[in-house]
Amino acid sequence: MKRNVFALMSLVLLTGCSSSATWGWYVIDPRTPGGWINVKFLVSGMWNTIQISVIAALISILLGLLVALPGQSRSRGWRLINRIYVEFIRSIPLLPMLFWVFYGLPIIFKSMGLNIPIDPFWGAIITLAISDSAFTAEIYRAGIQSIARGQSEAAQTVGLNYVQTMRYVILPQAIRRILPPLANQFIYIVKMSAFASVIGMQELTRRANELVVTEYRPLEIYSLLIVEYLILVLIISAGVRWLERRMGSDERI
Amino acid sequence: MSNAAVELVDVNKWFGDFHVLKDINLTVQGGEKVVICGPSGSGKSTVVRCINRLEEHQSGTVRLDGVDLTNDQKSITAIQGAVGMVFQQFNLFPHLSVLDNLTLGPMKSLGLSRRDAETRAHHYLKRVRIPEQFDKRPAQLSGGQQQRVAIARSLCMEPKLLLFDEPTSALDPEMISEVLDVMVELAVDGMTMIVVTHEMGFARKVADQMVFMDHGEIVERGTPEAFFTAPESERCRTFLSQILQH
Ligand SMILES: Nc1ncnc2c1ncn2[C@@H]1O[C@H](COP(=O)(O)OP(=O)(O)OP(=O)(O)O)[C@@H](O)[C@H]1O
Ligand SMILES: [Mg+2]
Repeated sequence: MKRNVFALMSLVLLTGCSSSATWGWYVIDPRTPGGWINVKFLVSGMWNTIQISVIAALISILLGLLVALPGQSRSRGWRLINRIYVEFIRSIPLLPMLFWVFYGLPIIFKSMGLNIPIDPFWGAIITLAISDSAFTAEIYRAGIQSIARGQSEAAQTVGLNYVQTMRYVILPQAIRRILPPLANQFIYIVKMSAFASVIGMQELTRRANELVVTEYRPLEIYSLLIVEYLILVLIISAGVRWLERRMGSDERI
Repeated sequence: MSNAAVELVDVNKWFGDFHVLKDINLTVQGGEKVVICGPSGSGKSTVVRCINRLEEHQSGTVRLDGVDLTNDQKSITAIQGAVGMVFQQFNLFPHLSVLDNLTLGPMKSLGLSRRDAETRAHHYLKRVRIPEQFDKRPAQLSGGQQQRVAIARSLCMEPKLLLFDEPTSALDPEMISEVLDVMVELAVDGMTMIVVTHEMGFARKVADQMVFMDHGEIVERGTPEAFFTAPESERCRTFLSQILQH
């Protein structure tokens, strides 16, 4: 099977080389002046992709915790709020939510007499953060519930209240189980940030789209685009592994 | 009228349809030691857990030092800090050192400084006879040592009342006596204790009051002499003959 795929790929590449008309790698060849300008143009979207993803992830991590904690409450009302938020947000596809935030939310603001413009940058961040927070909240929930009930009971018997129990007993133990899925979620955000291109955000995907329009070399340009995301994700994965190793060290109250 | 340390009046509790506690009445005076025994599933743990509000009862009254337990979350937290509890499974905090296990409650709940909390922690570690293990993690200790750390952790809150739910049931036989010895010393020092246990030797030595439960009811109660020599009910006799056999 593997061998067949390999043979097929070689065939495609070889035919490509023989008839130069179908190949145009020169558009992203950094050795030529024009190629270099194009590559710079494409890669410069990286900074916005990173910014959007990181800010959205940070908001989502906090928002997710705020959503998850009432889900652990003894009171049914708090738990209901948590369930409604998670189920509702989780069921909205990202693209409609992005349109709603970018085109719809300013109208709501305006009707309330507020003049808060939403630019593509913050529109993308708000959408990614809210959409992701439902998943982050579920990750916290699983992590918290994986800590045995005896732990929170013991914390109660030494007089800790709910917030203290979470802060000093449950979350420090849960965090090691929460971190890997949270990192996966971050990778997911990076990939989903590509949707920001449709509201005009100048990130990796938008840049690639714009260059394709002028150069008409979709294969080469989108190939480079995929490699750009690949590199980003690999760097994040390495960072997470480093963080996980560091988490093994001692903790104090 | 002096207030009893613990007073349960007609306490009833259900888990869904299942009636776990049926009209439980129990009075424990300050300094008194009560040992609760009975077959598995009879509701012993549930009684004890209703006293420090890990479980909520549905009817009747639970009074501590004359104060009714209410549903107010602040007062529940205060009660839980004033009533110590030792669990069958120790429930030490595995991510913290022994010392931090002991100082967490006093620092965060009682507001002690780290220095005062640590002084107190070392004092009680000495009392449970493991003064040198303070910087270890719980997992590095034997079961008997872990349970003694758990007892010290409760003592660090300087509780008025200590609850024990089968504190030696999860221990290897050779470690049971090191834990029981510590408990006997506490009893001699005048601590008010409610102990769920099947260690009848310990019960004979320290109990002021024996309580036998079956099917959610208190079937029999009395002084250890009367309880062990002349149990009145058939159920209690059967139970005692079973556990005293080995
Ligand atoms: N959270 C719960 N939900 C439903 N039923 C429960 C719950 N906790 C306990 N029970 C049931 O209530 C009954 C009494 O439980 P309890 O733990 O008080 O018994 P016990 O006397 O301590 O038994 P053991 O010696 O096994 O510890 C048991 O039948 C148990 O299955
Ligand atoms: Mg029990």
